Amino acid sequence: MTEASVATGAYPDVSFETGPLINRRIILAYFLMAVVFFTASMLGGLLMAMQLAGWNPLDGLQAFSQGRWRMIHTNAIAYGFIANVFLGALHWAIPRLTMNKVLSVKLSWFIFGAWQFVVLATAVGILIGEAQGIEWGETPVWIDPLAQVGLLLVAINFGAPILKMKGPLYVTLWYFLAAFVWTFLTYAMGNFMPEYLVAGSSGGAIAGLFIHDLVGLFVTPLGWGLMYYFVPIMLKKPIWSHGLSLVGFWGLAFFYPLNGIHHFLYTPIPMFLQYGAVIATIAVELVVTTVVINFFGTIWGSGGILKRHLPLRWFYVGMVFYFITCAQCALQVTMTFQKFIHFTDWVVGHAHLVMFGVFGFWLFGIMTYLFPRLLGREWASRKLCEAHFWLSAGGMFVMFLDLTFAGLFQGWSWNGLQPWLESVRLSQPFWQVRLFTGLFIIAGFVCFAVNLVKTWSLARGSAPESEASPVPA
Amino acid sequence: MFESKSGILLLAGLGFFILAFVSNAIVPILMYKDLEEQTVEQLVDPKVNKNVVAELRDLERRYPETFQKYIGEASPARAAELLEKGRDVYVGEGCWHCHSQFIRPVSNESKRWGPVAASEEYENELQRPVLFGTRRVGPDLSREGGRRGSDWHVAHFWDPALTSPGTVMPAYKWFLEENSQGQPVPNEKGFAIVLYLQWLGSWLPYPTYPYYEQTEEVLGKAGY
Repeated sequence: MTEASVATGAYPDVSFETGPLINRRIILAYFLMAVVFFTASMLGGLLMAMQLAGWNPLDGLQAFSQGRWRMIHTNAIAYGFIANVFLGALHWAIPRLTMNKVLSVKLSWFIFGAWQFVVLATAVGILIGEAQGIEWGETPVWIDPLAQVGLLLVAINFGAPILKMKGPLYVTLWYFLAAFVWTFLTYAMGNFMPEYLVAGSSGGAIAGLFIHDLVGLFVTPLGWGLMYYFVPIMLKKPIWSHGLSLVGFWGLAFFYPLNGIHHFLYTPIPMFLQYGAVIATIAVELVVTTVVINFFGTIWGSGGILKRHLPLRWFYVGMVFYFITCAQCALQVTMTFQKFIHFTDWVVGHAHLVMFGVFGFWLFGIMTYLFPRLLGREWASRKLCEAHFWLSAGGMFVMFLDLTFAGLFQGWSWNGLQPWLESVRLSQPFWQVRLFTGLFIIAGFVCFAVNLVKTWSLARGSAPESEASPVPA
Repeated sequence: MFESKSGILLLAGLGFFILAFVSNAIVPILMYKDLEEQTVEQLVDPKVNKNVVAELRDLERRYPETFQKYIGEASPARAAELLEKGRDVYVGEGCWHCHSQFIRPVSNESKRWGPVAASEEYENELQRPVLFGTRRVGPDLSREGGRRGSDWHVAHFWDPALTSPGTVMPAYKWFLEENSQGQPVPNEKGFAIVLYLQWLGSWLPYPTYPYYEQTEEVLGKAGY
C-alpha cells in the first residue's frame, strides 16, 4: 500500500474498475459543477463576513450588494453544491446497490443540464434583485416550475432502478425512495403556496415547514442514505443493528415533517401548533441519537482506521458534528432558549454546523473517495487532502463556538434593552473571528481544488485511454 | 411493510408528509379563514389608514424634483403601486435576512418596539410570502413607520453610518440619485422602499403609532 493510496482508503484489492453500470462522466460533471458553485458560495459568505466585520471594500456597489450575495451563499450551497454532489453520488450508489442502470443516460444528461440552468438562473435572478421572499427558496418565481419538473425527472430516473428490484430493500434505498417523494412535495409546497395561495401567519407556517423539510426531507435522508451505503463498504463490516436502522428511518419519517413551525416560535401562528413542533423536534433528537449510536456501534473496535482513512474521517467527524447540532437543537427549540437565542448568531452557527460541518463534510468525504475512482488514479497529494480536512474541521468548529457565544451576548444585550447599536458593537470581535474561521474553510477548499487540478492533469497524462474509453450506457 | 417499496413510498413518503401538512399547514389556514386577506388598495385607503398617503405627500414636499419625475401625484393609487414595489425591493435586496417583522411577547421586545405581533396584521397581499424573517442583525422593522422622518431613511441608505454610528448595514446608493443641486435624493426605488418602511406599523392606532422605545429608565441605570 503506497502512502498516497491510503489517502482515500483505496485498498490494494479494490481496483478502480467501475464496471458497466456506472457512467463516470456524468458523476465527474456533477462533481465539477459542485466545485464551481461551492466557489461562488464561498465568495458570497466571504463578502457577508467582511461586511459584518466592517472591512468590506465593495460596500455600496450594487453588483456586490451583500444582501443579494448572502442569498447566493445559501442557494449555491443548497442547490449548487449539495444537490450536485448528491446527484453525482446517486449515479454511483444506486446502480451499484440495485444492479440496475438508471432509467436513461440521456435523461441523466438532460437533468444535469436543466439543473445547472436552474442554479445559474437562480444566481442571476438574485443578482438582478429578483429573489423570492422565501428563505432557502429565493429562486426567482419564474425558475420554480422548471426546478419542479427537474425534481420529478430525478425521481423517475433514479426511482426506476430501485422499483425494478425484488424483495425487501436495503436501508439506503428506503431513504432514497422517500427522499425523492419528499423533495418533490416540499419544493412544490414551499415555493408556490406562500407566494400565491396563503398570506400571513398560515403562510408563515408553510414557509417554516419548507425551511425545515428542505433540510430534513431532502438533505438529511439523502445524506444518511449515502452514509448507510459508503460506511459499511469502507469498513468492510455490516451496519451494527438493523433494528436501529429501522427506528432511525421511521422515526425520521414520522417526526421530522412535524418540526417546521419551530422556526417561527412566538409568532402569531397558533400557540398549540408551536408547542407541537417543539415536542416533535425533541423527539427527532432522540431518533437521531439511535442513528448515531448505530454508526458508532458499526465502527466500534476499528476506530484506528480514522487515522489514515480520510473519507471515513470526514464521515465520522461529520457525525460527531451531527450529534452536537442535534443535541443543541433539542435545547434551543425550547421556548426558554428561544427567548434569548432566536434571531441571533447562535442560529447562524447552528445552520453552518449542519450544512457544512455535517453534510458538507460527508459530501467532501464522498468526493475524496470517488474522484480517484472516477479519474483512475490516486490523489496527487495526500498532504493537500489532509490540509483540506484539518482546515475545514478547525475552521468549522471554531466558527461554531464563536457564533454560539456571539448569539448569547446578542440575546442578553437585546433582552437588557441596551441601544440596538450596542449589540452590533459587542458582536464585532465575534464577527472578526468568524471572518478568519471562514478564511480557514476557504483555504481548505483551495487545497482541495489545487489537488483536484493536479490529479486530473496527472490522470490525463498517464491514462489517456480512460478518457477515450467508451462511456458505458 | 417497513422495508417494502409500497410502505416507504405510501406511508413514509406520502402519508407522513400529508399528516404533517394537514396538521401544520391546513389547521392554521382553517383557523384564520375568517380573517380576510386585504388588498394593497384596501391597505392604503385613507379611510382605513391615512398615514400612508400622508407619508407620500411628505415625500412629495421633501423631494419635489424626483417625485415629479418618478411618481407624479401623491394619490392612493400611486401609494398602492409604490408599496408593492417597495415590498419587491425589500425582498430582492434581502432586507428581510437582517431585519425581522414580528414582535414577540418575550425578551422585552414590546418595550423596545411596541405592540406584540397579531395575526390580522399579516393577512394582506404584501405579506405573501410573509416576511417574518429569522435573523436580526438590525432591529425589527414591523413598527418602523412614523418613527423617523423620510429624510432620515434617505440619509441612512446613502451612508448608514451617518445616522447609525457603528452599523454594519451596507449602503444602498442605487436607491438614490443626484438632483439638480447635486444632492442625493430618492429615485423610484428609493421612494418605494421609504414608503414601504413608513407603512410598516402605520395601521396601529395612536399612541402606539408612531412608537418610540421606552428604554430611558433602563439606560439611566446602565449609566448611558
